[in-house]
Amino acid sequence: MVEDLHVYYGKIKALDSVSIRIGEGEAVAVVGRNGAGKSTLIKTVMGVVRASRGRIIFEEKDITNLPPWERAKLGLGYIPEGRRLFPYLTVEENLVLGGYSISTREELRERLEEVYNLFPRLRERRKQLARTLSGGEAQMLAIARALVAKPKLLLMDEPSQGLAPVVVDEIFKKISELKESGQAILLVEQNVKKALEIADKVYILETGRLVLEATPEEALRNPLVKKAYLGK
Amino acid sequence: MGRAGQVNLGQAAFVGVGAMTSAILATKYNLSFWVCLPAAAIVSFIIGSLIGVISIRLRHDFLAITTIGFNFIVVYIFLYYELFGASYGIIGIPKPLIMGLKIRGFAYALLSWAILGLAILLARYLDRSWMGIAFESIREDEDVSESIGINVKKFKVLAFAVGAMYGGIAGSLLAHFKGYIVYSDFSFPYSIMILSMSIVGGIDTIAGAIAGSFIVIMLPEIFRPLMEYRMIMYSALIIVMLFVRPQGLLGRESIVLEKIRAILIETEKTR
Repeated sequence: MVEDLHVYYGKIKALDSVSIRIGEGEAVAVVGRNGAGKSTLIKTVMGVVRASRGRIIFEEKDITNLPPWERAKLGLGYIPEGRRLFPYLTVEENLVLGGYSISTREELRERLEEVYNLFPRLRERRKQLARTLSGGEAQMLAIARALVAKPKLLLMDEPSQGLAPVVVDEIFKKISELKESGQAILLVEQNVKKALEIADKVYILETGRLVLEATPEEALRNPLVKKAYLGK
Repeated sequence: MGRAGQVNLGQAAFVGVGAMTSAILATKYNLSFWVCLPAAAIVSFIIGSLIGVISIRLRHDFLAITTIGFNFIVVYIFLYYELFGASYGIIGIPKPLIMGLKIRGFAYALLSWAILGLAILLARYLDRSWMGIAFESIREDEDVSESIGINVKKFKVLAFAVGAMYGGIAGSLLAHFKGYIVYSDFSFPYSIMILSMSIVGGIDTIAGAIAGSFIVIMLPEIFRPLMEYRMIMYSALIIVMLFVRPQGLLGRESIVLEKIRAILIETEKTR
């Protein structure tokens, strides 16, 4: 849950009193244009960017002042915009890093196995350097890297970015599978149509302010949304 | 240096800390080299972590400038206090003894190489441990490292401290070798020399660091007539390397290693 969040970059206000709520097992999408503050929001939830005002509550715990690595231990998983893999490490090494907070070898093995079952293509490429992956594979690896630690809430920043439409479909199929298995997701997307397909709830962000909170059905019927985001 | 992506431009200061620790313990307390060396390592590790903690919020250029400042401060402390020999330096630092025999000349070189060997082994071990992986990850992408649960602050301080410890060991060896040290042995130009070593060799690999030190130390020996222009040479070397090959000779995707590999493949084919 995010409450009355304000974020400044220097004197520029990036987020202005944004409040969102993500229930257990819920997929929540935040959509909006470039520069609306979507990435800032997700980075603030992860703790990479500091909140100037407001609170972030995770499982009834105030985590606003915790550093990102503490948040990761509590169960936040982050998939950054543009994937940001470790290009000179292999697929498997990337995944092992994702499981940095896992203490025993057996548990790590187990988690890797589970992630490979979810993304069989990554198993095939486990010994390859991450930078040799195609865009879609790289995005899958980014998702898998976050999943290794078994996060309670998965934060996804623009998973469709820079991918061909067919690949976007594939990625979103995976995301929807994850959601069906009970994974709570906060998704930030420019691809409004795709985001609406999988979300339980959608927020629309415009220049740092929330302008709409709705179910996907309501959003689809909303004339403003139709006009501005779906091109109808 | 460079393992967690932090640039330390004051490495000579840590060499100085190690050298002074060793020299004071040996001359004032008559402790043997075998006690002084680890003590020098520990003291520089501790001072390294302190500086690491203080400068934790700084990145890139700002960290680099802070470490330069630290270098100057340390040198002035050495110059100011009698304990560190002030402007006269500390003299009469004994040579290490093995079974009652003084080690000097070539034997000292052997000893230094042995210690270098141990240091390399330790560095390799650290590299492959969780710590090395964390360093690598922090250098590649700090934000992502944080988000996968790596305590970036802790590891940055640690990286700094380990670097300082290596400097301290070098300092101790230097002190016992020369038998005489003075504040100006650890001034900023020597930090630049160390920097040029790691840039020439390759900033993020152990092999690079070693190759770089050999090249940078040997060059002035080969071009002795040019001795006076040493600093110009170092600076030119840094600039040229950064333009031509920022990874260094033995850095990642090293040209030298690639060449060797290519030759091996060639000979394989012709066979």
